[in-house]
Amino acid sequence: MSVGVLIIVIIIAVVGVYQWMTGTASAPRPAAATAAATGAATSSGASDEEGTASAPTPIAVREMARTKGYYIRWTVFVLFTAFLYGPLIVVMVLSFQGPDGGLTFPMQGTSIAWFREVFNPTFVGDFRAPFGRSLILAIVVMIITSFVAFLAGLAYRRGFAGSGAVFYLTVASLIVPSFLVSMGIGLGFTGLNMLASWWSAGLGAHLTWTLPFGVLIMLAIFARLDRSIEEAARDQGATPWQNLRHVVIPIVAPGLIAVALFGFTLSYDEYARTSLLTGQGNTMPVEMVAVTGTAARPSLYAIGTLTTVFSLAIIFLTFGILYAISRRRAGGLMGGGAVPEGEIYGTKLTGSAGTDQ
Amino acid sequence: MQKLITLFNRHSAYFQVTPLMLILGAFLIVPLLVIFTYSFYEFTGYFTRPAFELTAWIRAFTLDITYLNYWATIKITAITWAITLVIGFTLAYFFVFDILTLRFKIFLFLLTVVPFWTSGVVRMIAWLPFLGKEGIVNSAIMGLGLSDQPLEFLIFSEFAVIMSYVHMFTLFMVAPLFNVMARIDRSLLEAARDQGSNNWQILTNIIIPLSRPGIIIGTIFVTALVASDFTAIRFLGGGKLGSVSMTIANQYNSVQFPFSAANGLLLLVVLLLFVGGMMRVVDIRKQL
Repeated sequence: MSVGVLIIVIIIAVVGVYQWMTGTASAPRPAAATAAATGAATSSGASDEEGTASAPTPIAVREMARTKGYYIRWTVFVLFTAFLYGPLIVVMVLSFQGPDGGLTFPMQGTSIAWFREVFNPTFVGDFRAPFGRSLILAIVVMIITSFVAFLAGLAYRRGFAGSGAVFYLTVASLIVPSFLVSMGIGLGFTGLNMLASWWSAGLGAHLTWTLPFGVLIMLAIFARLDRSIEEAARDQGATPWQNLRHVVIPIVAPGLIAVALFGFTLSYDEYARTSLLTGQGNTMPVEMVAVTGTAARPSLYAIGTLTTVFSLAIIFLTFGILYAISRRRAGGLMGGGAVPEGEIYGTKLTGSAGTDQ
Repeated sequence: MQKLITLFNRHSAYFQVTPLMLILGAFLIVPLLVIFTYSFYEFTGYFTRPAFELTAWIRAFTLDITYLNYWATIKITAITWAITLVIGFTLAYFFVFDILTLRFKIFLFLLTVVPFWTSGVVRMIAWLPFLGKEGIVNSAIMGLGLSDQPLEFLIFSEFAVIMSYVHMFTLFMVAPLFNVMARIDRSLLEAARDQGSNNWQILTNIIIPLSRPGIIIGTIFVTALVASDFTAIRFLGGGKLGSVSMTIANQYNSVQFPFSAANGLLLLVVLLLFVGGMMRVVDIRKQL
C-alpha cells in the first residue's frame, strides 16, 4: 500500500521537477506535430519535424486542454505509470531484503547479503557466465541489426522490384509466434546434425525479432529524409560514397542509434526465442527463468535489480548521446522549434561535417 | 571490372537488401519449412521419424482440446485487446492533445516506453511479491479490513495473466496511436469547434476515425503477441489455464514434434489470416 503511494508520489515529483526545470508548466508553447513510427523513431524522427511543423496553437486544442477530461487523463497516466513501474520498484526494494527475509514483504531488515550471494554463488546458479553470453550476444545482434537495417533502408530509398514482398516478410517476422521461430531453428539444427547454441541458433532467432524493428525504424527515418539534400551534394560533386559518409549517415545517425538501442535491449532481454536454443550455455533471461522454477531466493531479486539497472544505464546512455547530438544541431529534439524552415538541414550538415574535418 | 562496378551500381538496391533477405530466409523461412515438413512426420510414441502422414493434421482439427484452446486464447486476447485499446487510446490522446510542448510530450512518452527496454522476465517475476498470497495487494486489502482472507484469484489465474499482458503490451497500442494522432491536422479540430462541435463530437467524428490506422496496427501487435505467448501463461496461469501456444510448447517439450508442428502452423495460419484481413483496411507502409 505504502509502496504504491510512494511510487505515485515519485512519478508526480519527477514530472513536476521536469516541468519546473524546463519551464513548461507555466508557459505552454505551440504544440508541434510529431511523426514517429515507434518510441525511438519519436526521439529521432521528431527532430527532423520540429523545425518545420510548429504552428500557432490552435484555439480548439487550447480549449480542450483544460476540461474535466484533462484531469481524468492525467490521472490515468499517473496510475498507469505507477502500474508500469510498481513491480520493478518492488523487486528493487525486496532485493535489499535482510538475510533472514523471504520472497515477499515484510522486509526483515535491510542488507546487501543477496547481492553478495549473486557474486559468490552457492545456492543459486552462477549468473556471471550467462551475463557474459547475453552481453556478447546483445552487442553482436546490435551491430548486425544496425548494419542490415541501414542497408535495407538505403535499398528502399532507391526502390526495387519485390520491395513490397520483402516488407511484408519483415512484418511477418514480428507476427510469427516466437516459439515457432525457436522450434523451427531448433529442428533445423537437429536435422543438420548440429548442436543449437546461443551464439548460432540463438543469434539467428534474436535477429528475427530485432531486425523488423530496425528496418521499420529505418524506413520511417528515410521517409523523412529530404532527397534534395543528396541531390545538392551530388551537384556539388560528391561521389556516392562521400554522399553516404558526409550527408546521409550524419542525418540518420539518431535513427541508427535508436535502432542500436532496440537491437541491444531486445536481444539482451529475449527469453521466448532463446529458450529452446541455448544448448549448453544459458543466456541471462533463460537462466533467470530456470532459477525461478527451482530455488527461488531473494538473490533472484538482486539479479533482477542488477540486470534492470544495467538496462536502464544503457537506455540513459543512449538518451544522453541522442540529447548531445540534438544539442549540437541547434533546434533539434530538445532545443525547441526555433530553427526556421529550410535551415534545419543546413544547420545539421555544417554541425556534423565540421567534426569530420 | 568497370562493367562489374556499373552493374553493381545499377542494382545496388538488391545488394543492399540481400543481408536482410539472407537472415530472414535462413532463420524465418527455412525454419517454417522445416516445421512444415515435420508436421507430416510420424510420431511413434517415443521418437519422430520421417514419413508422410496426415495424423498430426487430422488430430489438430478433430480433437476437442484444439477448439477449447482456441476459445481460451481468443477470450484472453479479446479482453487484453479491449483493455490495452482503452488505456492506449487514452494515453495517446493525453500525450498528443493534452500536453502542449513537444519536449514534454516526448518526455512523458519515453517514461512509458522505458520499461519496454528492460527485462520481461524480471517484470514477470515481480508480480509474485505484488499479487501473491502474502503480496502487497493482499496485505493491503486485509490490512484495510476489506477481506479476512487473501484473494486467491490475484495470482496464478486468468486475471494475473491478463494483467501481465496489459503491463507488457499496452505500449504496442500507445506507439502507433501516438503516431497517427500526432499527424491529425489541428485545423480540422478548430473548424469543428467553430461549427459548434463539443469535445465528444470531435472525438467520435474526427479523432477516432482518423486514428483507425493506429488502432489497427496496435491490434495486430497485441493480438500476435498475446496469441503467441506461453511464458506468462505458464508462470502466472498456475497450470489451470489452457492456451493454443502453451499446448504447442508442451507438445514440443515432450518431443511430440509433428503435433506441435501442425498445431503451430495452424496458429500461424489463423494469425496471418487475421492480420491479412486487418491489413486490407489499412496500408501499413503509408503509416511509416
